[in-house]
Amino acid sequence: MPINLDNEFALQGRALGVASQRLGLLAQNVANADTPGYKARDVDFKGAMQNAGQNAPSMQVTHDKHIGLPRADTRAEVLYRVPNQPSMDGNTVDAQAETGAVAETAVRYQATLTFLNAKIRGLRLAITGSR
Amino acid sequence: MSLWKVFDIAGASMSAQSVRLNTTASNLANANTVSGSAEEAYSARHPVFETVMDWESEASAGVRVSDITTSDKEPAKVHQPGHPEADADGYVYMSNVNPVDELVNMISASRGYQNSVEVMNTSKELLLRTLRLGQ
Repeated sequence: MPINLDNEFALQGRALGVASQRLGLLAQNVANADTPGYKARDVDFKGAMQNAGQNAPSMQVTHDKHIGLPRADTRAEVLYRVPNQPSMDGNTVDAQAETGAVAETAVRYQATLTFLNAKIRGLRLAITGSR
Repeated sequence: MSLWKVFDIAGASMSAQSVRLNTTASNLANANTVSGSAEEAYSARHPVFETVMDWESEASAGVRVSDITTSDKEPAKVHQPGHPEADADGYVYMSNVNPVDELVNMISASRGYQNSVEVMNTSKELLLRTLRLGQ
């Protein structure tokens, strides 16, 4: 069975991308926890990963007039949070919720790294034939 | 990659919160300052936080201190004829700092700073683990 490295790591790569994008947004939220009028933002992790699950069809470009399919968008859509405790200054950041989300995203990221490591170890074993 | 940007954002937040801590320290230090006229009396300083939007790179948002405002609350007038700073009528003017407000600000700034440190530590840990991937 030929192994396509792109496909082999695609899902985990996407998961790492979305997790790091989310961590960036959460960092912005934490940084702006005291900024009046700032609206907290986040990504829909589940939605982003569902899109990644379907394998996009690939087309070969064999002529310079051919137009290849655009690469699958690696960024998830950024949405605004619905505040559960609106504040007077228009800020919608809930610092505790953000800290919790940071911890959750970090665990997801580390889990993905663990899966990736296992895959790499498996491939290594297949290549070298011994440990 | 967004994880690198986390350092910039958290760093900006820490610097903004430290400005806030700085103004709080100034205000508390001058809470009992007395002067000879209402104009010269110390007025409380407060930073104004502003979101910095970076539209070029997928709209990342940092934070900065856009302005330092001085409180326009009237300073308290106290009758102390024996005070060397007293004006012709024997009044001195206290600063308009409210120590309770300042302590609340201090706690809030310290929490904000701690949260940013936490976020920075988390992303550092993740980046290091990513570097060790496959080893």
